[in-house]
Amino acid sequence: MSANLPEQISNYLSRFTVGIAGCGGLGSNCAVALARCGVGKLIIADFDIVTSRNLNRQYYFHDQIGRLKVHALRENILRINPDVTVKAFDMKLCVSDVVELFAGCDVIVEAFDKAEMKHMIIETVHLQLPGKYLVTGIGMAGWGNSDLIHCRTSGNLIVCGDEVSEVSDTLPVLAPRVGLVANMQANEVLNILLKDFTPEAGNEAKH
Amino acid sequence: MKPGMKIILNNREEFFEGDQMTVTELLAAKNFTFKMLVVKINAELVRRHEYEKRMVTDGDEVMVLHLITGG
Repeated sequence: MSANLPEQISNYLSRFTVGIAGCGGLGSNCAVALARCGVGKLIIADFDIVTSRNLNRQYYFHDQIGRLKVHALRENILRINPDVTVKAFDMKLCVSDVVELFAGCDVIVEAFDKAEMKHMIIETVHLQLPGKYLVTGIGMAGWGNSDLIHCRTSGNLIVCGDEVSEVSDTLPVLAPRVGLVANMQANEVLNILLKDFTPEAGNEAKH
Repeated sequence: MKPGMKIILNNREEFFEGDQMTVTELLAAKNFTFKMLVVKINAELVRRHEYEKRMVTDGDEVMVLHLITGG
C-alpha cells in the first residue's frame, strides 16, 4: 500500500539538505516550514541570542529568552519534527564559512538581516558555489501591501520579498509580513527540491 | 531609424538608444544610485569593479537587485 501524498512528499524530502543563513524572522520561520514538510537535514547558522524584542516575529518562545538562537531553533524544530537532523552553528558567517558550511546543501536560504550580509552571501554563492540554488528574502518591513510581495528568478538565484520596504525606526519588521516572505522562501525551496518528484500511483483515495 | 537596443530589465522590456552600453551607463540612465546592488546579466553575476567595462547589449536579460536591510 502506498503512503498518502503528504507522507510521500515528506519521505522524498528527507534526502535533502537545506542551509539557513541567519535565524531571525526569515530564517526561523522558513526553517520551521521546511521541517514541517520533512526536509531531512537543516544546517542553521546565527550568532545572536533570543531577546524579548525578537518575539514579535521570530519562531522562539518567551522561556527561550537569553538562549542562543541556533540552539533554541534546533529545539523548536525537533519538537515539531524529531526526524529532522539539525546542525546548528553559533557563528557570524564570513565568506569561507558560507562555502564550508553550505557546500553540501541542495539549496541555501539567505535569511540575514543586514544588506551587507545579503550582498556577501549572494556574491559568495555565485562565485564560489556556482550552480547552487540561493533563495533570498529582500524587503518585508511594515504591514499591509501583501500584493507587493513577489518572487523572481535569475539563474539559480531566487528573490522573495517586495524589494523596497527597508526596516527603519518608523517601519519595523513584524510577524505577518516577514512570515509571508519566509514561507515564500520555503515554498521556493520546495519547488526546487520537488522538481523531479512524482507521486506513486494509487494514492488518490487516501488523502 | 536610430539604432537602439531592447533589453529585459527586472522582468520588463526597456529600450535604449545605441547598440550597447556599460553597466555603469545603464545604472546612471535608470537612476539606480543605491550602493548595495547586485547586477546579473543573463543570469551571470557582474561584480562592481566590472561595471565600467561590462557591456549590456540587445536582447540581454538584466537583473538589478537593491539589497535592503530587514529579515
